[in-house]
Amino acid sequence: MSTNHERASGRPDYIRIEGLSKHFGDGGEGVLALKDVDCRIEQGSFVTIVGPSGCGKSTLLRILAGLLDYDIGRVLLDGQPIRGTRRDVGVVFQSSILLPWRTILENVMLPAEVLGLPVKQARERAMQLLHMVRLDGFEHKLPRQLSGGMQQRASIARALLHDPKILLMDEPFGALDAMTRERMNLELQRIWMESGKTVVLITHSIPEAVFLGDRVFVMSPRPGTLERVLSIDLPRPRSMAVMSDPAFAAASASIRERFSHAASFD
Amino acid sequence: MTTAMLAKTDSVAPSEAPAPSPAGAGRRRTHPLASTRVQSILLLAALLGSWEAAVRLFKVPKHLVPPVSDILVALWRGLATGPLAKDGFWYHGGVTVAEILLGFVIGSGIGLAIGIVVSQMPKVEALLEPYVAALQSVPKVAVAPIIVVWLGFGIGSKVMIICLLTFFPVLVTSIAGFKAVDPDRIDLLRSLSATPWQIFRKAKFPSALPYIFAGLNMAAAFSVVGAVVGEFVGAQAGLGVLILQMEAQADTGGSFAVCVVLSVIGIVLTGLLRSIQRRVLHWMPADASQRTVNV
Repeated sequence: MSTNHERASGRPDYIRIEGLSKHFGDGGEGVLALKDVDCRIEQGSFVTIVGPSGCGKSTLLRILAGLLDYDIGRVLLDGQPIRGTRRDVGVVFQSSILLPWRTILENVMLPAEVLGLPVKQARERAMQLLHMVRLDGFEHKLPRQLSGGMQQRASIARALLHDPKILLMDEPFGALDAMTRERMNLELQRIWMESGKTVVLITHSIPEAVFLGDRVFVMSPRPGTLERVLSIDLPRPRSMAVMSDPAFAAASASIRERFSHAASFD
Repeated sequence: MTTAMLAKTDSVAPSEAPAPSPAGAGRRRTHPLASTRVQSILLLAALLGSWEAAVRLFKVPKHLVPPVSDILVALWRGLATGPLAKDGFWYHGGVTVAEILLGFVIGSGIGLAIGIVVSQMPKVEALLEPYVAALQSVPKVAVAPIIVVWLGFGIGSKVMIICLLTFFPVLVTSIAGFKAVDPDRIDLLRSLSATPWQIFRKAKFPSALPYIFAGLNMAAAFSVVGAVVGEFVGAQAGLGVLILQMEAQADTGGSFAVCVVLSVIGIVLTGLLRSIQRRVLHWMPADASQRTVNV
């Protein structure tokens, strides 16, 4: 296993996962969702997790978000074990989950209300974030008046409102059409480069994983294990043209090969 | 006077008979409100006109079916009374409206409160579910005589009957509403370390509101029924009592006039509720909120 692969970047580890296992259900009928997962994620890096459905990638993300307990192993965030949710984490879910009775601005302000942040500053920051995700002029619209891509951008702004150090994204663009998705990938790269957050993004799209990630974690199912870690050494900012780069093609091909290998076990 | 009235209604009836069809055929899409509203009014006028004409033409006895004009006269007489006159609509209407409002607010308030509490505790909900389902199918008006025996002929027994009738729809729909909350919304709040109270206030309760309003709309309709049934069974005042008194004197026109007043009360109550609902659920597309209400 190449999970101990690390770059000599000098950046501190932000997330450390050691021997993590997660079991759902009771006894023999249960499912081993995660088995012996070890990994490190550096501060400020962009990690993508790719794998077929049932590989435990969403489980891993929910554990990182503190939404799910784990049975065995250690999960350290900034040196402290994760127990429950934390305020320095922002989560972007598969669907935008905007509350339909709130305007876009009110939705983006939600973390400030829940965490009790000063309203005036939070409002200013919300407006800046809405500008960053290019939703100027939509502050007072209701979610249903926005397209799917715009809704997901609003949810990214919401996840960043309380200035979390880490952004966890669970297949955020899975429901979007291919064109919108490519544009959102470019936007996300820009937002990440501007904000300097640590990002962990889950996807089932190999090109998306390679395009966005500094490193790609490849997971395989039954039980969910971290199969390997690929470093993607393509220069930033990456444009869509990078997809025709031989290094991009090579990385995609090796992940794809891993998938078909895993599938042959079934 | 009667001939004038007859002539008037006669002349109105044929002129609008052809009117509804062209209005309804093509313009529905472009001006749905305007055309349907005009249509409805014309339809009502036509129905009342033919009622009046039929009763007079076939010489139907007044104590069976009174002509519309008699009902209007009775309505006028009833409304032209002082607010405390024992034979007037205002006094009896006031009693009935008080019963309806008290019963509706208390009954649906308790229903909502218990619905909220129960749905935050899944174990209690599972425990109570079969009983709620069983009690819901008991015809509540059947116990009205017992309640009158217990609580007497005053306003209390009527309020109690209305409470019973309004409690269940609000309880059942609010439990259903809390059950239908998108778990993603709860996860979103949880991911922000929200307290249970914050999760309730910011996600669960607003999500359940369309269901709760559906229950309140049902309860509003039931509350008018409950008041009248309670007053039929035994009361000293109220529009139901007035209907019984008038029927005893074979004053069918008067009974119909009271029914008109009751209908107006029902319409105003539902209208008020709808306008509150439109304000609270302003974020729902108009057709969607209508659809939820009709569930």
